[in-house]
Amino acid sequence: MSTPLASSPKGGPGEVLRGGPGNGLQIQFTEVEKRYGMRLALRGVSLAIAAGECVALVGHNGSGKTTLLKIAAQLTQPSRGKIAFHAGENPISLEEVKSRVGMVGHHTLVYEELTAEENLIFFAKLFGLQNPAEKARQALQPVGLAGRATDLVRTFSRGMRQRLSIARALLASPGLLLLDEAGTGLDPEGQHWLGTTIKRLRDSGCTILMSTHGRNETQGAVTRAIRLDGGKITHDSGAGGNPNDVLVMAAVRDSGEEGAP
Amino acid sequence: MTLARAAGVILAKELRTEFRSRELLGTTVVFVLIVIVLFSFTFNPTSSESRRFGPGLLWLAFLFAGSLMLQSSFLREQTNDTLAALRLAPIDPFSILAGKMAANFLFLLLVEVILLPVFAVLYNVAIFPVLGQLLLVLALGTIGLAATGTVFSAVAAQARLRELLLPLLLLPVLAPVLIAATEATIGVLRDPSELSLVWLTFLSCFDVVFLTAAWMVGEYLLEE
Repeated sequence: MSTPLASSPKGGPGEVLRGGPGNGLQIQFTEVEKRYGMRLALRGVSLAIAAGECVALVGHNGSGKTTLLKIAAQLTQPSRGKIAFHAGENPISLEEVKSRVGMVGHHTLVYEELTAEENLIFFAKLFGLQNPAEKARQALQPVGLAGRATDLVRTFSRGMRQRLSIARALLASPGLLLLDEAGTGLDPEGQHWLGTTIKRLRDSGCTILMSTHGRNETQGAVTRAIRLDGGKITHDSGAGGNPNDVLVMAAVRDSGEEGAP
Repeated sequence: MTLARAAGVILAKELRTEFRSRELLGTTVVFVLIVIVLFSFTFNPTSSESRRFGPGLLWLAFLFAGSLMLQSSFLREQTNDTLAALRLAPIDPFSILAGKMAANFLFLLLVEVILLPVFAVLYNVAIFPVLGQLLLVLALGTIGLAATGTVFSAVAAQARLRELLLPLLLLPVLAPVLIAATEATIGVLRDPSELSLVWLTFLSCFDVVFLTAAWMVGEYLLEE
């Protein structure tokens, strides 16, 4: 049985789910293009994201959201253009960036034949964290899986796997958090917890870039919204703008499409 | 994190998941056992000629075992896209390959060690007096098999028709290993026993060349 999700204020059990104070990364995409065979997934995307911004990527399926996130995570290389990262004023190498990025993908990115605890210890070791067992234990507490720590992941529901995936992404206190429809499979309580967690991470200075569909709890934390269509940025609320216009427009379009015959 | 340490962490994970499910080892041992027994039916196992063919048949069986076992090495990482999780970690990409190569080497060696006594009985071959030399040949041949197979498993896992692709890629490339390991094993099992330095050197060179190539192209092999 999973334990309730921690919704504690700063300093409580949820404390582990934070980026390091002020450790947010800045990202600069310059004329980024990504081609899969004959298909162009991204068409000359240029975008600067400041440290501590929480950016929502909206758009239809196949609009390029996941590809942009994968390029930011260095899971795939752009066919043209470049991506650069800065911590404060200083550029940081792509190798160094990896230790400061957490990602929740379409898939859960966890091993079914390992327990929840073993999964997190494994990834904590790969990230070179001190005391991996303690880190894993701490990470399981706020996602409500402490009571299922020694159970195999294959016995978990989709929502529990997703929570474990989020715990994995936050394990190394990332400066850049990439969320690809991270709310998938979460129940309303889980969605609320995720929204609260994202807000807390944003407030602690972590940069967040997430793809999302429709209106959900996670959008309350958004400081900027960008709409992608056919691999191009068509709307950007800007760093100081109101993201709700773009989010509402996306929600209306999506609901219109869902209702269409 | 150093390459060796990251590879060690991945090796430990591979061993834990396999010994927990025992899917791969169980099926491979049964498969190779069937192959060796079927081969023994086609010859008179007590004749000296069949003992001469025995090492070749043994290595062919190991090769089939390798293509069966190595298939899932990277396919398993596709279940929840855990390969992406590995690639997100701040480690040398070769450490992912190295950890899996080491695990596959141990799995294959375990299968070989289990089947060696069966082979000895069916083909009327005395292996215990030459066990040390035999294990050396097995180890060198298996390194080549595991290294090559792991690399091609990474390539095949991203392709369509992946189940067919791995044997098609692997078996021709492993022909030199098959020849060298078979010749070395024939020498060891001959009376009097003779450990051929030429074939051992050949196997060692193959292993070094392939491991070096895997280290150089590891990053590109794992890319989407």
